[in-house]
Amino acid sequence: MDSFPVVKNILLLDSEGKRVAVKYYSDDWPTNNAKLAFEKSLFAKTMKSNARTEAEITMFDSNIVLYKFVQDLHFYVTGGEDENELILAAVLQGFFDSISLLLRSNVDKREALENLDLIFLCLDEIVERGFLLVALMDKLTAN
Amino acid sequence: MAQPLVKKDDDHDDEDYSPFLGIEKGAVLQEVRVFNDPQLDPRRCSQVITKLLYLLNQGDSFSKNEATEVFFSVTKLFQSKDLGLRRMVYLIIKELSPSSDEVIIVTSSLMKDMNSKTDMYRANAIRVLCRITDGTLLTQIERYLKQAIVDKNPVVASAALVSGIHLLQTNPEIVKRWSNEVQEAVQSRAALVQFHALALLQQIRQNDRLAVSKLVTSLTKGTARSPLAQCLLIRYASQVIRESANTQTGDRPFYDFLESCLRHKAEMVVFEAARAITELTGVTNRELTPAITALQLFLSSSKPVLRFAAVRALNKVAMTHPMAVTNCNIDMESLISDQNRSIATLAITTLLKTGNESSVDRLMKQITNFMSDIADEFKIVVVEAIRSLCLKFPLKYRSLMNFLSNILREEGGFDYKKAIVDSIVILIRDIPEAKESGLLQLCEFIEDCEFTYLSTQILHFLGNEGPKTTDPSKYIRYIYNRVHLENATVRAAAVSTLAKFGAMVDALKPQIFVLLRRCVLDSDDEVRDRTTLYLNTLGGDGEVVETDKETKTLLFGALDIPLVNLETSLKNYEPSEEPFDIDSVSKEVKSQPLAEKKAPGKKPTGLGAPLAGPPSTVDAYERLLSSIPEFLDFGKLFKSSVPVELTEAETEYAVNVVKHIFDRHVVFQYNCTNTIPEQLLENVSVIVDLSEADDFAEVLSKPVRSLPYDTPGQTFVAFEKPEGITAVGKFSNTLRFIVKEVDPTTSEAEEDGVEDEYQLEDLEVVAADYMMKVGVSNFRNAWESMGDDFEHVDEYGLGPRENLAEAVSAVINLLGMQPCEGTEVVATNSRSHTCLLSGVFLGNVRVLVRLQFGIDGSRDVAMKLAVRSEDEAVSDTIHEIVSSG
Repeated sequence: MDSFPVVKNILLLDSEGKRVAVKYYSDDWPTNNAKLAFEKSLFAKTMKSNARTEAEITMFDSNIVLYKFVQDLHFYVTGGEDENELILAAVLQGFFDSISLLLRSNVDKREALENLDLIFLCLDEIVERGFLLVALMDKLTAN
Repeated sequence: MAQPLVKKDDDHDDEDYSPFLGIEKGAVLQEVRVFNDPQLDPRRCSQVITKLLYLLNQGDSFSKNEATEVFFSVTKLFQSKDLGLRRMVYLIIKELSPSSDEVIIVTSSLMKDMNSKTDMYRANAIRVLCRITDGTLLTQIERYLKQAIVDKNPVVASAALVSGIHLLQTNPEIVKRWSNEVQEAVQSRAALVQFHALALLQQIRQNDRLAVSKLVTSLTKGTARSPLAQCLLIRYASQVIRESANTQTGDRPFYDFLESCLRHKAEMVVFEAARAITELTGVTNRELTPAITALQLFLSSSKPVLRFAAVRALNKVAMTHPMAVTNCNIDMESLISDQNRSIATLAITTLLKTGNESSVDRLMKQITNFMSDIADEFKIVVVEAIRSLCLKFPLKYRSLMNFLSNILREEGGFDYKKAIVDSIVILIRDIPEAKESGLLQLCEFIEDCEFTYLSTQILHFLGNEGPKTTDPSKYIRYIYNRVHLENATVRAAAVSTLAKFGAMVDALKPQIFVLLRRCVLDSDDEVRDRTTLYLNTLGGDGEVVETDKETKTLLFGALDIPLVNLETSLKNYEPSEEPFDIDSVSKEVKSQPLAEKKAPGKKPTGLGAPLAGPPSTVDAYERLLSSIPEFLDFGKLFKSSVPVELTEAETEYAVNVVKHIFDRHVVFQYNCTNTIPEQLLENVSVIVDLSEADDFAEVLSKPVRSLPYDTPGQTFVAFEKPEGITAVGKFSNTLRFIVKEVDPTTSEAEEDGVEDEYQLEDLEVVAADYMMKVGVSNFRNAWESMGDDFEHVDEYGLGPRENLAEAVSAVINLLGMQPCEGTEVVATNSRSHTCLLSGVFLGNVRVLVRLQFGIDGSRDVAMKLAVRSEDEAVSDTIHEIVSSG
């Protein structure tokens, strides 16, 4: 177990599994092809599940993946297999909440693409090289 | 593409609409020129940066030149005071990851931002600088970073702390100087800052156990301001517990803290604490209970994440403490129908580990519905869990066997099918009542089996087990069908199986001969050859006679020789008057490299034949020894040890020794290497002192005539020992030789030499030297067929030990026998263990040993040793070895 929670990647894909915005924080997928392959098989594995009301979770290639689907957008957060699942769930929730705030609750692909600059900034502020950073802290401290 | 980011209302219904539709790298790179405009348009510049980021994010890459050009243009944008644009500038700089000579250009701008009045500038400039900087720049900005750590604005402080965590990897000595500031930040009222400061402080002090312990002590008394910080504390507390486990006894430090976290209001803290408790080394049931209760509550949560986390943690606990988890069985059973398949699989495997006899039937019903919609990898896990359940509750074999045969008929890949077949075979072997129905299930399976490997293995198994059943004739039809319908490999296996029935069951002989004669004209030569061999040896030429034992052994007896050894011996055999003697082939299983050993050791023995070892060095030794006339009348070599080093590495002379064991003799083969180029050694021998080896008498010493530089040579010393006694002793060795100087230029040695000696390390002959590691594939069968004529059972106290595993491996090493069926592995924390050993003792006496260990609270280990062998004296000897060892 790492001495602090580590996020390996955050993905925002569309309803066909194509990238809207992705950010990798670990070296587990060194090339763009490796990243694309990961996204493709992850999407295939999860697309049929119902992750619309509650976030869903699965083991995938010795990683824990949390995911949530809204409209035509698929949100994913990946962590190591020993990571605390509930912390990763909080990261996913924080990511999702920030995006829906930025998109003024119009959470769909079209709106996301038109505000892509904000989404990039959001990805940059949630996690710094794998280490949890700012955006979701408010959410996490609210308890 | 002129203004792609402006909404076009008429496109609104088009689903494929994207502001980046048709975007192209070349065009975007042209657009970068707007960064050079004297009158910057912040909005337009932001749009261009977004496009650049979009391209990079989609996997496009910029060439070195392109990246440099973009980078230089971007640096111009520091002139703009627009906040939004500046944030995009920070982002693109990080993405471009400029080289060190480029970094210099933005350093001053970023340092200015680091000291800006705007918090957002300070925070982001710190992150960017720390990301792109190297060590030299770091010393320049260190002062600002220390200031930032204690900055009033939490975002700035966090940016500095997180950067510190990353810089610690590359520049630890600098970051370690910030301890005081970080310590101050830990006390911060801002939850965010406290969390980051705690993480950095622990990283700085992670090699100082005492400091971490102090840190945890002080913080567990105070308050962590966020659930995340609390989770960190739990991790550090359990780390302290882990590291102090070996030094302290009595109460576990911080257990109370962990337990109190189970009542925290944030679920992530409760879970972190529960998991930490279940993972404590040597956790007691009393410690486990509150954690299990907390996890149990999560099982019925409406959130899949909580259910998953809890069932996964409980599944792990069930491996070591199945009884502790049984309270959760009811909640667990309702998870079998969970929408989320990962949760359902974890629930099932947990239940199979913890289930009791009465719940088996209900459980099997639920699993049957579930099997059809999970992947093969999950199915294998379930099959393996069912196998161990069946061995645990043999009375329930009927429903479990039914389940296995049902899933055997369904679709599935090779590994899945093999797992099922292996399980059925193991059940047949271990549960006698299950035999007949299991064999019939296998018969039906090969009727429609697409895997040649499985068909042949099953046919072989049928041949061994079928004739022993009450009505062997009912299997014949299934077997003979194979001869018609299958490929050559399966046909050959079927012919062998038929012949086995013929040999073992006299009543069936006439029919079998009729069937076999039909195979004589098979299109495959292997099938024909086998048929002919069987017909001739079993007397298929008319009269029905009882097949004698010798023929049976010849045809079907187990070849208890490693195949690789046989292969090498056959290759070395030169055609001559003398026929090949199979008894001359070494039976010793050479120890395999660790990586290979792991795989078969883990699995229970299924269908697969015992793995053959790699090529042995034994016959190399044998050839070497038989080339020396003096050793010829010692008889056949029983065993050669692995080389034992008698010198330290890098000394003048490197010597190791191999112990060769004969019936009445022991030969030491000293392999000597002279590592000094300026010396030639002559008449090299080893002087052995026997004062601590009374039972041995030296009979001969064979020196090496000459030992030039870097050319290994062997000298031998042979001893006589009493027959039938496992003589042990300690031998002190001295290397004696004549040393001659060698002229380095001409490589010629001088005429005269000086006599010299060189002290070597002592060598011991121990009891294990008289034992050969020879495994058996099915210990239970071997044990039973050996019988209890020469069984000798006794109990021993082994005194206090570190743990059970250490005691087990000590006894295995003492006896030098081969552990069977993976029983050398001891589960962590178990209180008792049974270990099965097999070997061949001097004089070719087979020995089987069953060891039962138990450990009590004060770590005293007791052992019950049961030995069966073909010779009473040997059984007693094993006990003598243990009682004196």
